[in-house]
Amino acid sequence: MSGTPIIEIRDFCKTYGKDVAVDGISFTVHTGEIFGLLGPNGAGKTTTLECLEGLRSPTSGTLQVAGLNPAAEFHKLRNVIGVQLQSAGLPESITPEEAMRFFCAYHGVAPRMELLEEMGLQDKRKAQFYDLSAGQQRRLVLALAIAHSPKILFLDEPTAGLDVASRVELHDRMRKLKSSGTTIILATHDMAEAADLSDRVGIMLRGKLVTIGTPLEITATGAGLTRISVRTQGGSLLSRDVIFPAVQKQMERDEYIIYYSVDIGSTVSAIIEYVNGHQDSLVDMRVERPSLEDRFLEITGAGDTR
Amino acid sequence: MNAFLHHFSFEFRTGVRNKQLLLMNYLFPLGFYLLMGFIMPQINPPFRETLVPAMVVFAILSATLLGIPDPLVTARENGVFRSYKINGIPAVSILLIPALTTILHLVIVSGLILVTAPLLFQAPLPQNWLNFLAVFGVMLLACAGISVLIGVVSANSRMTVLWSQIVFVPSMLLGGLMMPYNLLPKFAGKLAQLLPATHAMNAFSGLAMGGTADFSPWGSVIVLLVTGLLSFGLAWYLFCWDSRNTTRRGSVWMAFLVLVPVLVGMFLFE
Repeated sequence: MSGTPIIEIRDFCKTYGKDVAVDGISFTVHTGEIFGLLGPNGAGKTTTLECLEGLRSPTSGTLQVAGLNPAAEFHKLRNVIGVQLQSAGLPESITPEEAMRFFCAYHGVAPRMELLEEMGLQDKRKAQFYDLSAGQQRRLVLALAIAHSPKILFLDEPTAGLDVASRVELHDRMRKLKSSGTTIILATHDMAEAADLSDRVGIMLRGKLVTIGTPLEITATGAGLTRISVRTQGGSLLSRDVIFPAVQKQMERDEYIIYYSVDIGSTVSAIIEYVNGHQDSLVDMRVERPSLEDRFLEITGAGDTR
Repeated sequence: MNAFLHHFSFEFRTGVRNKQLLLMNYLFPLGFYLLMGFIMPQINPPFRETLVPAMVVFAILSATLLGIPDPLVTARENGVFRSYKINGIPAVSILLIPALTTILHLVIVSGLILVTAPLLFQAPLPQNWLNFLAVFGVMLLACAGISVLIGVVSANSRMTVLWSQIVFVPSMLLGGLMMPYNLLPKFAGKLAQLLPATHAMNAFSGLAMGGTADFSPWGSVIVLLVTGLLSFGLAWYLFCWDSRNTTRRGSVWMAFLVLVPVLVGMFLFE
């Protein structure tokens, strides 16, 4: 990823008493990119974001956000960053219109009511926050986070609990922000979201950054097992101890037999030859390269190969 | 200034829009006032003389102690303060604005009591309005400050209720609202002097209503003033932005320093 570094983290550690939340991580985020920060619960993502946002101070190491030290220069930082916290972070009785006036006033900018319209909240301008749906609440918080046109936007689980349509809308909004030059740091549990939106991804585990790169790079550096799911008319592959070249694991699910191969070409041609040779025919064959989720599970050791 | 006004405007409307706050700011004090006004003078005719100050003090206790702390704790627990911090809303606004808007609601409620009490219950009005306003002001300051302090140091909503009731219930029983201070046993009287309500009733009686004070009325004004300033100062010092309390500067036990003015007042103002 080319571009000017806008966030620089060097040897960053954060401890709470004896608990080490973040253990000496270093990485850089470039201007205009969407950077996905992934990891299981307790990996240190939120602590990292909170230190970058100036909500907490690092125990050691250096953090630079748009050239500012978040803890020491918080009053300058708040005009550079926009934050959508994991929790809603708004009073229950506030209306979208009041919230927009209120937050913009503290940022010293004119209220941007057009953002409420863009976020589909024009009919809910006078509704209280707790009367909004989860999707509307998320959109309002996002509208408030971008109302002062921040250079950097921090999104912590932005689509958690949203229905499909709301997720798609929010993803479109994130892409628009990226195209307008906003740098986005996205902490999420949703691998599909991270793979779809992020230019680069960092995976954290127990306070350490275990891998970083584009989603393609990360999926390519794993065990490299490609999943080949096959279903035949006569079921000639089922319950047979046939061993195909380059296959490292195989399993049956419903009427499919699933092979995990390190060499797609040789495995696929051997399967076809075998099926034809047994007077059977293919009904379905799917070849799927490892997803970011597969790689994530492999790294975090949290799941078995499906 | 613009930001302050938007914040104030929102908080003031919340005081009516939120059902719990509407109850504590208006319905409970005014309902209790009407109930006491209709019943108590029949049972105890001298109660009419203290109806106005007693019901004003009750309104202050209700709106501040029962209305201010819980929303502060809930907002902190829900991450509202973190959101405020990120958007540059200062701690002093978070602490002062709910107190100021509650004070404005109390001015309205007290105005209603002052206007209707002579008409409905033949209750006497203050003889010295300036002193009445001064005592009203320092009582508002003291109770709002204590309430904000309770909201800041309470770990959760249940603790908020406990701390608020520790002040509210004895104030009702011993504060001179229902029973005159001079009828209390000596020990109970000393205990009562720990309560802002006792000082307010003493000062109202001695300085505004034309009655006699049981101990130094100006001493009570000073105790309330210092208690109010000290509790706001402690609340600001002990304030933390999040529920993990990692940003708190001192121990929550420091909050008990708020008792210093009343303890000193016990010995200085006999």
